[in-house]
Amino acid sequence: MLDVITLFLFSIIVYNIPLLYGTAGEIMIEKSGSLNLGVEGTMAIGAVAGYLIGMRSGSLLVACLVSFAASGLVGLLFAFLTVTLQANQNVTGLTITTFGVAFYYFIGNAVSNSEAKWPALGGSRLDAQFQPIEIPLLSKIPVIGKVVFSHSILIYLGILIAILMWFYFEKTNPGLKLRAIGENPGAADSLGVNISLYKYIHIIIGSGIMGIGGLYMALNMGGTFEGSNCWINGYGWISIALVIFANWSPAKAILGTLIFGFFNTLRVQNAPLATAFPTTLGWLTKIPAQFFSALPFIITLIVLILSSVRKNNNSNEPSAIGRNYYREDR
Amino acid sequence: MRKLVSLVLTAAFAVSSCWALAGCSGKPAETTAATTTKAGETTAQESQKPGESKAATASIKVGAIYINSQNDTAGYTFAHHKGITEGMKQVGLDPSKDLYIVDNVPEDDEKVKQAIDQLAGDGCDIIFGISFGYINAMEEKAAEYPDIIFSHATGYKSNDKNFNNYFGRIYQARYLSGIAAGYKSLALKNNNIGYVSAWGTEYAETCSGINAFAMGARSVNPDAKIHVYEISTWGDQEKERQAAQVLIDTYKCCVIGQHCDSAQPQIVANEKGVFGCGYNSDMTKEAPKAHLTAAVWNWSAYYATAMKAAMTDKGSFMQSVGNYYQGLSAGLVDISELSGNCEPETAEAIKLAKDLMISGKWDVFSGVKLVFSGAAGSVAVEQKNDALKDNTGAEKVAAGGASVGDDVIQGSMNYYVDGVTQVN
Repeated sequence: MLDVITLFLFSIIVYNIPLLYGTAGEIMIEKSGSLNLGVEGTMAIGAVAGYLIGMRSGSLLVACLVSFAASGLVGLLFAFLTVTLQANQNVTGLTITTFGVAFYYFIGNAVSNSEAKWPALGGSRLDAQFQPIEIPLLSKIPVIGKVVFSHSILIYLGILIAILMWFYFEKTNPGLKLRAIGENPGAADSLGVNISLYKYIHIIIGSGIMGIGGLYMALNMGGTFEGSNCWINGYGWISIALVIFANWSPAKAILGTLIFGFFNTLRVQNAPLATAFPTTLGWLTKIPAQFFSALPFIITLIVLILSSVRKNNNSNEPSAIGRNYYREDR
Repeated sequence: MRKLVSLVLTAAFAVSSCWALAGCSGKPAETTAATTTKAGETTAQESQKPGESKAATASIKVGAIYINSQNDTAGYTFAHHKGITEGMKQVGLDPSKDLYIVDNVPEDDEKVKQAIDQLAGDGCDIIFGISFGYINAMEEKAAEYPDIIFSHATGYKSNDKNFNNYFGRIYQARYLSGIAAGYKSLALKNNNIGYVSAWGTEYAETCSGINAFAMGARSVNPDAKIHVYEISTWGDQEKERQAAQVLIDTYKCCVIGQHCDSAQPQIVANEKGVFGCGYNSDMTKEAPKAHLTAAVWNWSAYYATAMKAAMTDKGSFMQSVGNYYQGLSAGLVDISELSGNCEPETAEAIKLAKDLMISGKWDVFSGVKLVFSGAAGSVAVEQKNDALKDNTGAEKVAAGGASVGDDVIQGSMNYYVDGVTQVN
């Protein structure tokens, strides 16, 4: 009974942490006033690049850096198109998603069909470094030990990134300037803030963070490439919705990830819950599986509707989001 | 000016990414391109030697409709693509010239019909559709194109002229892999065996597979319990993964069997230090420490037969091939090479059971059960008259009775045998 709950809570974190990477990265970009709809593609590129080069090097650190760099490069492209060339942000973002997912299949197929073959994660050095770290003593506590204190290092990294980002936005001077750019770039410009530089840096870093999330998905799915099933599997899109749910706060993004993860896990693990608690949760098995599969997306829909209804002064949406800043238009 | 430049660059970027997309998933585009050149060639050839195109063993064009990508490196579409290309080589056709593929076709009547029209336009003589849901579109188009043979995998419809279905006794292979699982559970002294299944009793295909696997395991370990986790989809890597995790953590399963597309259940077994039996391809590569053996298809056995018949005389296809349903004896199904993780008795026991099924003396769903005993080197099998009962105790075949009909195995089996419980 206890192990059913433990596994359920454990799965919420293990399977949904990529959402936190995607959401945190997107928040950083949106704070600079840019709307990047290319999360799915950015994550896919970070995943495939980080995985392949990480396997070659046998180092998780190298894998993370490569993922960060590859996705950062995609961010650079997005920044160049939208900041320097003033291209439409929505179109550019969508293009990046199309390109990124296709890039994943393209590289995956090419490697699979080559002589080198697709590298298998099982038993590799990368896999060993990705395995959960059981924190001494703390991981021995029932339930909480497994749920909180025995995870892969990338899970702790994701949470750390979100917390650091919150601190950066709220407590530092560059964070304040960044928020100013997102709210009113004209005013920030008049204060002497280098708008383009800020946008470039934060778009690149935000995209890089998404890339590490992609790498996590690759490793968590055992690193197997399939020609018709992308690792990212819609998580990038859900991340964009979670940004709104989290009200542009990286700290709330952690909460959003857990809540969303709850429903995502319920999709698969409703049966063990119903078996363990037949009297209170037995009704779960009466609901068709298709409903559970649709549930995460229904939740996303409800969140989007609610947040658009309560559009008022306590929304932290950057006012200048989605609009390119062009000094002469001021 | 600046806006113009950015517009042009965005457009260029969009075009290039569309090109990249087409380059990897868009085989239809590639196929179309290949078609144009090839159709031209063929016409030229035919005009050179008129009358010869109806020669006795004419070269034919083969069409194929896949549910996933032809570039898959494992799984269902991969197994069929491999079968078709190998079958073509066996009958002297060149897959790079004579094979036309439309892939990533969902089970949507309109999409399937479009794919068929495309392949018909390419001049295909025989069209294979590999997914169950293509059934109605293929039936309809078979009437529209009487000169093309339509061959549909896993279905149940056919006509008497140009539309057949084909499938195999994969349950025989699953029974054999169940034996490997049974020995493992005996050795580990853990009677819990898990099974990640796409569907449960809704489809006879999954249901008969589960039952055969369970009976194989229980022929070795009569106390074995098979816990089935139904994921309600043929393929969803994350669900497959979590289902295996639940079976191992919550139901304490020591072997994980599977009937789903990816190798995730085996990968999880590998991570968790338990064992597993894969499906569709030898998954030892994905799960080196866990995998025992996988039930596999050798589709080329059918594809070579069908193409040979089509090359000889298209008109008599339904007489020469008809609806095709074969198993171990025709080489259509088998198990992958036993890995080093198997218990020592496994190979001998599997050989005994396999020989019985190939000879036709015994089959899985009959009133006779196999019971294996003895240590490695002296494994013996006993045939014991014992009724086939479902998991509620109702008798399906009387003790000593003959096997249930193929129509039951293929179409109407909707009960689990003794020892199987579905956990969700």
